[in-house]
Amino acid sequence: MSRTATERAADAAAAAAQPMTMAGALNAALRDAMEADDRVVVYGEDVGPLGGVFRVTDGLQSRFGDERVWDSPLAESGIIGTAVGMAMYGMRPVVEMQFDAFSYPAFEQIVSHVAKMRNRTKGRLELPMVIRIPCAGAIGGVEHHSDSSEAYWAATPGLTVVMPSNPADAYSMLREAIDSDDPVVFMEPKSRYWSKASLELPVRTEPMNRAKVVREGTDVTLIGYGPTVRTALDAASAAEAEGLSVEVVDLRSLSPFDDETVSASVRKTSRAAVIHEAAQFGGYGAEVAARLTERNFFHLAAPILRITGYDIPYPSPKLEEHYLPTPDRVLDALASWEWDLA
Amino acid sequence: MSLNVEHHESRVLPSEKPVRLLDNAGHALRGPETGGFELPATETLLELYRRMVIARRFDVQVTALTKQGRLATYPSAYGQEACEIGVVSAITADDWFFPTYRDSIALLTRGLEPADILQSFRGDWHNGYDQRAHRTAAQATPLATQALHAVGLAHAARLRHDPIVTLTYLGDGATSEGDAHEAFNFAAVWQTPTVFLVQNNQFAISTPLSRQSHATTLADKAVGYGMPGYHVDGNDVAAMYAVATAAVDRARAGGGPTLIEGLTYRIEPHTNSDDPTRYRQGREVEHWKRRDPIERLEKYLVSEGALTDEVRAEIGEAAEALAARTREAMNEQPELDPLELFDHVYSTPRTALAEQRAALEAELAAHRTEEEVTAR
Repeated sequence: MSRTATERAADAAAAAAQPMTMAGALNAALRDAMEADDRVVVYGEDVGPLGGVFRVTDGLQSRFGDERVWDSPLAESGIIGTAVGMAMYGMRPVVEMQFDAFSYPAFEQIVSHVAKMRNRTKGRLELPMVIRIPCAGAIGGVEHHSDSSEAYWAATPGLTVVMPSNPADAYSMLREAIDSDDPVVFMEPKSRYWSKASLELPVRTEPMNRAKVVREGTDVTLIGYGPTVRTALDAASAAEAEGLSVEVVDLRSLSPFDDETVSASVRKTSRAAVIHEAAQFGGYGAEVAARLTERNFFHLAAPILRITGYDIPYPSPKLEEHYLPTPDRVLDALASWEWDLA
Repeated sequence: MSLNVEHHESRVLPSEKPVRLLDNAGHALRGPETGGFELPATETLLELYRRMVIARRFDVQVTALTKQGRLATYPSAYGQEACEIGVVSAITADDWFFPTYRDSIALLTRGLEPADILQSFRGDWHNGYDQRAHRTAAQATPLATQALHAVGLAHAARLRHDPIVTLTYLGDGATSEGDAHEAFNFAAVWQTPTVFLVQNNQFAISTPLSRQSHATTLADKAVGYGMPGYHVDGNDVAAMYAVATAAVDRARAGGGPTLIEGLTYRIEPHTNSDDPTRYRQGREVEHWKRRDPIERLEKYLVSEGALTDEVRAEIGEAAEALAARTREAMNEQPELDPLELFDHVYSTPRTALAEQRAALEAELAAHRTEEEVTAR
């Protein structure tokens, strides 16, 4: 594709380190992936001229044309089902579910086909597709705009489920997801879309299937992903003032789960709590607590805690602050353990 | 001012009376009933006859093998051969076919081996053939989901300027599913080269069409999406083939999708575990048996002098040979490796799966040792 002088200048500017939001990093990842591989196509609801309701696909249609970026009819099962067919033909579709709760009409296509095609065909037919799902709350969204649906996808064999917590990971993990021959559910925490970091593109962080210790500590491990990594880091800073050394692990990948990294941290600190926005019952934290207990029981000094949303539907905007796990709530949970810091 | 300024094909309701080229007595029809479609050449009809006879022999054989316990289940298409064979015969080997669980005989026409088609029904693995090699998707069990795959693949092919067509089969029950609606709509909006065949066999397991749809014909639905629809006698293979060929040609030429409804009847139960006496009268089945698609074409071909005893015998032999090959294949019990369960889920290996695989391997080894001890 020939580049205009303006576009070349834009590319050069992009190469230098610059503050970038997570939404901007995702946009850059899509742009660079499309430049690198003409099998990558982007479609979904309002992703064309509007650039998506969160502007993650901003400018892509004008850059790549409407045969590579286009607005689909408003039907999520249709978006995923057609992406299955496109991937069967060798394309690498990256499709957007506009909001977490709007992905539910596509549940059957994702669970019965996207997840199962490779196994059904003994690996002869792979579906290299990425399903982008803006997820979670804390943005003052009205009903159905703040769900945390990760446990549904993570409980489905055949899917890879990842959730970045910061702009650098957002760029790197989306590039990796698009390059993957497996279908990836790529969850984007909406409340982090406008978080900023200084990035030099193309930034590459750890492989997307690995968890990462983002703050070292010795007394307790806080495990978060997506929006709750920030919560954990804030709680860790506050705890430090109270004399607690808190380690924070960013899971990054929900399926697969990086047992090695997380168990190593828990063995070091002997205490752990997992934090997520989704309701507690049957939530992703239950899996985290169960497998960490199975593997590390004799290294644990206390039961693994889950600090999560309540077992209720996600609240209306004026009440969501009472639902979301906050750093204070994390500190209260940590205080519930018996400590002997002498 | 008239609102109906255009008289595009997609704005015209399908005829309430199905398009028909041969009547039940095997007479070639003329006039409005043909919907303007030409009777295919006798040579073509003879080939379709041959395919239908072989397909039915296969279907009967597999039903028998299922009753003998060789297969876990088999959804028969007995009586639906005009739809099954007539429409799939209209596409080429380069085109893609997206069938359902009931369409095994169409796969046979597509050139797939009985052993490969039946692997899933025998319970070996969920899909037993190479989809890419045969350009034939796995037989879909969740209703209408495969129609979206057909639309997506057609769209991808168009973006690459490959002149292929996708064909998908649905049942009357599947037209109630959201995915059918979404597939019709996406195909029409994107103008994909896709042909939808709705085999209206009048029952979704036990639920009759009257409890499925209030539309005059299922083909009427096409008009709402802005694509042409045809209501066709689904037991007239001449009509099914002619209408499908026109739809495939139009799709390939860039004319977009078509919805074809073949009005037929499911003679056999839904599967071997179904009991149709609970929901329909035997005399209704007898009524439809008298409208058999193979007998109808046979009468025509005999009257044309095209179906000689020699040809009939040759077709019969081919059908018996295939039935024998099918029996042979299903009498084999291939050794299955339980450890393969872990091998194809992801392209990127996973530690947790490797651990579970090792656990099953140890369990199998322990079991073998136990058996050896018992045997001593």
